[in-house]
Amino acid sequence: MNWLSDDAITRLQAASALPDLAGTRYRIIQRIGSGGMGTVYLAEDATLGRRVALKILDFPDASGELAARLLREAHILARLEHPGIVPVHDAGTLPDGRVFYAMKFVEGQRLDRLIVSMGAVSDRLRVFQRICDAVAFAHARGILHRDLKPDNIMIGPFGEVLVMDWGIAKILHQPPESAAESSRVARDAMARSAVKTGHGTILGTPGYMAPEQARGDVERLDERADIYSLGAILQFLLIGSAPAARAVVAIARMAMAENPAGRYASASRLSEDIALFLDGLPVSAYPENIFQKAARWGSRYQLAIVLVLTYLVLRAVLLIWFRR
Amino acid sequence: MTSNTKIGGRSGQFPITRWSAILAARSKDSSERSRGLEAIAAAYWKPIYKYFRLRWGKSNEDAKDLTQEFFTRVIEKEFLNSFDPAKARLRTFLRVCADRFLANDFKASKRLKRGGGVQHVSFDFGAAEAELSRTKTSLSGAATPHAMDDFLEKEFIRSLFGLAVENLREFCAGRGKEVHFQLFEAYDLAAEESDHAGYAELARNFGIATTDVTNYLSFARREFRRIALEKLQEMTASDAEFRSEARALLGVEPK
Repeated sequence: MNWLSDDAITRLQAASALPDLAGTRYRIIQRIGSGGMGTVYLAEDATLGRRVALKILDFPDASGELAARLLREAHILARLEHPGIVPVHDAGTLPDGRVFYAMKFVEGQRLDRLIVSMGAVSDRLRVFQRICDAVAFAHARGILHRDLKPDNIMIGPFGEVLVMDWGIAKILHQPPESAAESSRVARDAMARSAVKTGHGTILGTPGYMAPEQARGDVERLDERADIYSLGAILQFLLIGSAPAARAVVAIARMAMAENPAGRYASASRLSEDIALFLDGLPVSAYPENIFQKAARWGSRYQLAIVLVLTYLVLRAVLLIWFRR
Repeated sequence: MTSNTKIGGRSGQFPITRWSAILAARSKDSSERSRGLEAIAAAYWKPIYKYFRLRWGKSNEDAKDLTQEFFTRVIEKEFLNSFDPAKARLRTFLRVCADRFLANDFKASKRLKRGGGVQHVSFDFGAAEAELSRTKTSLSGAATPHAMDDFLEKEFIRSLFGLAVENLREFCAGRGKEVHFQLFEAYDLAAEESDHAGYAELARNFGIATTDVTNYLSFARREFRRIALEKLQEMTASDAEFRSEARALLGVEPK
C-alpha cells in the first residue's frame, strides 16, 4: 500500500468534499467563496458552453431548513428580473443530495473592496442610485433584502451594479393574483420552502441593520428597514471622498432615522433625492435657509453667473471708457 | 429560472453498505465477531504501532510485539464490549486502552503472542516503519491528550484512505479502468502539491483528451469517496457517529 503524504490526504479530503456533479451539465472550475448557507463555485455549463456561478449547500441538510432557505433564495431571485439583480438559471438537488442553484457568474468586485479606487462623490452617488433602483424594484415585488451592505454589492467590469445575497430576504407580499401561471408556480414553491423567522430572530449585519431589525422585531419590518441599510451604505460611500455636501449627509441621516416613520417612504424617494442633489436642486432631507439657497443657486449656475458678471464688468468698463 | 430539477446521478446519494465492524466485533456469532475485529485491526494497527513508537518511545521490535499483543488483548478480553460510542470515538477509546495496556497488563504479563487472534490481518511493520520516517508529526512524552487524539485521528485518516485507495485500485482493475486509477494516482496521490503534472500534461502523457482527464479523475474521486465512506461506516457504531465522522474527516454528509 502506498504511503499517503499529508499533502495527498488534504487533497483527497478536499476532493471528497467537492459536490458530486456527475450526470449534471455543470463542471466545477474553482471555488469562489463561501457564506453561511453554502459555497459558491465557478462552474462551466457544458450544455450552453458558458460560465455560471453555482451556490451549493455544504451538506445535505438533515432538517431541511438550509435547503429550503437556499431554494427560497433561488425562487426570490427568479421573481426579481432586473438588471441590478443577479439572474438565476437553474435550481435543484445534486446526486449527493446537496441543494444548489445556478446563477450568472458576475466578474467584478465587491463594493467594500472597490471603494478605495472609486473617484468623485458624484460617481459614487450614481452607483448608489443604481443600488436604490434595484432595491426599489424588489420592494415593488414584495421582497425585503434585509442584509444590504457593501459586501453584498458587486460592481461589474462595465460598471454594472448588482445586489447580491438574498439569502435572508423577507417576502412581504405575493405577486398580484392576476399574474401569470408561472407566478402561481413560483408562489407555491416559495410557500413549500417558506422559512420561518419568527419574532426575536435577529438576521442581518450590525452597522447596516435597522434598529427594529436589530431588536428582532421581524413581524413589523417593512421597506424602511432596507432604507436604513441604504443610508448606511451611502454613509460608507462618503468615507474617504472629498468632504461631502451637507445635503448628502442629511440624506444619509434621514435614511438612517432611528424611527422608521422619519425615514424615506421608499427607495425610489431616496434615489430621487440623490438625483436632485446631483442636479443641484434642493433635496427633501435638507431644508435650506436663504443663504444656503443662494449658495446652492450660485454653485449650480456658476458658469452663467461668471459669464453675466464678465459681461456687466465689460459693459461698465466700456461705458467709462467712452465717457472720458 | 429555466428549470428546477432533481438531477439523477448514477447512484443517488452515496450508497453505503450498512455494516459496522464495531457492532460485528461485539456480536455473539464468532465468525461475525472475528470479521469485525479484523476490520478494526486492519484500520487501526498502523496508527497504534506509530503511537507506541512516537508517544511511548518504544523500539521498532518492542512496538511490533506490543501492537500484536494489543490487538490480541482487544479480542481475548473483549475490550470493545465496554466501548460506548456516545462517550468517545473509537480511536480515543483505543488510545486509552493502549495506554492502560502499556501501563498495566503488558508490564505484568510480558506474554507476547505474535499474530494472536488477528491472523488474517497483514501487519507489514516494515512499511509502517518506513512511513514513520516520513511522518512529520512528533509526539513527546509531555504531549497532551488532545495532541495524542489529533495524532491518532491523522494516522487513522491516513490508514483509512490507504485502505480505500487499495480498494479503488482493485475496483478500477476489475472494470478495465486502470487509466482512471493511474490518473488519480498521478494527480491526487502525488506526495507534494507541486509534484503532480497539470491536466494538459497528463493528457499528453496518457494520450487522451484533457476533457477525458477531467472525467476520469471525476470518476475515480467519486468512487474513492464511496469506498472511503464504506470504510468509515465500518468503523462507526451508530448512524449519528457515522455522519459526524463523515463530516469531520471527509466533509461530506452521507444519506
